[in-house]
Amino acid sequence: MPADTAAPGPEQAYFDALADGRFMLQHCNACGENVFYPRALCPHCGADALVWREASGRGTVHATSVVRRRPEQGPPYNVVLIDLEEGPRMMSRVETIAPEAVRIGMAVTAVIDRSGDDPVVVFRPAGGGA
Amino acid sequence: MSGLRGAASIAGAGTYGLGEAPGQSELEITAGAVKAALEDAGLKAADVDGVFCASMTYNMGSLTLCEYLGIAPKFSDSSMIGGSSNLAHLLTAMMAIATGQCDVALVAYGSNQRSMSGRLVSTSRPDPFESPYGPRQPITSYALAASRHMHEYGTTREQLAEVATAARAWAAMNPDAFLREPLSIEDVLNSRPISDPFTVRDCCLVTDGGGAVILTSPERARDLERPPVPVLGGAMAHWHRAITNMPDLTVTAASDSGPRAYAMAGVSVDDTDLVQVYDAFTINTIMFLEDLGFCAKGEGGAFVEDGAIAPGGRLVVNTNGGGLSCCHPGMYGIFPLIEAVRQLRGDCGERQQANPEIALAHGNGGLFSSQVTLILGTDGTL
Repeated sequence: MPADTAAPGPEQAYFDALADGRFMLQHCNACGENVFYPRALCPHCGADALVWREASGRGTVHATSVVRRRPEQGPPYNVVLIDLEEGPRMMSRVETIAPEAVRIGMAVTAVIDRSGDDPVVVFRPAGGGA
Repeated sequence: MSGLRGAASIAGAGTYGLGEAPGQSELEITAGAVKAALEDAGLKAADVDGVFCASMTYNMGSLTLCEYLGIAPKFSDSSMIGGSSNLAHLLTAMMAIATGQCDVALVAYGSNQRSMSGRLVSTSRPDPFESPYGPRQPITSYALAASRHMHEYGTTREQLAEVATAARAWAAMNPDAFLREPLSIEDVLNSRPISDPFTVRDCCLVTDGGGAVILTSPERARDLERPPVPVLGGAMAHWHRAITNMPDLTVTAASDSGPRAYAMAGVSVDDTDLVQVYDAFTINTIMFLEDLGFCAKGEGGAFVEDGAIAPGGRLVVNTNGGGLSCCHPGMYGIFPLIEAVRQLRGDCGERQQANPEIALAHGNGGLFSSQVTLILGTDGTL
């Protein structure tokens, strides 16, 4: 069967959904795994049976670093890897607390940050941080 | 054991422009290393019929280098898998020699990264799922892995710093090393913070420099100038590209490439007289010593304590000073290989080990991504 090349691919579809305020993950109807970043084929089983599901937004800090800059370049900021409740891991940052205060194991909740040119998924400490 | 064990021997090795080579182009630096390696082997450019070259700036490295040197090869390879590319090339060159695709292979690399800009010039498309968060690449990726290793195994800042101080102590005995003045744990901890937990002294240097090796059949190598260094084993593995997709941030694919390289060589960790690993960051040495089998997973931090990998320690590691203190011109992979060759041939002067017979050279590429392990020996081990 010819591929549907008229519709946006998964990468564009992900960012289109994000622009509409929805943080979407892929779910493989063949093997049941959840997938991020968005792909054309399931990296677990190879099937082209990936469908979109909205992420719960719940996650846990898996690893964290604080990027230090020269003062004239701006304040330090954090870069984290988040384990999403659905399984996949993603890079992000934790906002609303000091970058050094981010801890591995911290429960966090996703929000879509629209302050820049393009919307991005960022996280805040779960419960009260939002 | 594999049919490829000892299928080719290193007949020559050379370096050029390590540290700072102002005013020299990448190709001029590479050519300097090629000249040194050919002279070492007692061969001429006209003898070379296989060329292997990855470049940070030329995406068809072997074409560029062959044209520059006036070589018309029967086989060439520009494969780019990051800093382990040159070691992967050695594996491919070995297969090419074993199957008659070429007779004399040149593996070469050079960069003028320090003099040109002092920064890596990435030719990769920015990762749309990582770059929005501003990781300072590649440093932040390795820092994230270090944070996880510290969390899971209690690895300390001081243990990471031990890797840097050991490398510096070796570098003090290497006249080619870029940084040779004494370095203490306190110096490492108090230097400029870059991406937690790393300070600038947890990170490899940014230098110029080139390296080249000549590989040929064991029979031909025996007829040349220098003691041949047979490649006894080699294997590669990679499990991810971006750090986000590394299956376990504390385990690299060296845990796969290492055992397969040893199995091919028919020797073990216990037989290994010296270890040259790609130390892009202090955490690398700790994780590679674990993954290659020199200590158990999680014990790498304790393993390197109290000068255990410094001169006179329990394991001979990175005798040239490594990427942390000797040189790191964009990609470092060929230099641990060359240092292993020089140690096995007895070329290393003050830092020379007593009659080593088996050496491990390990390359890392990307973001703890591509891993290539080579086991080298003396001709007597073949």
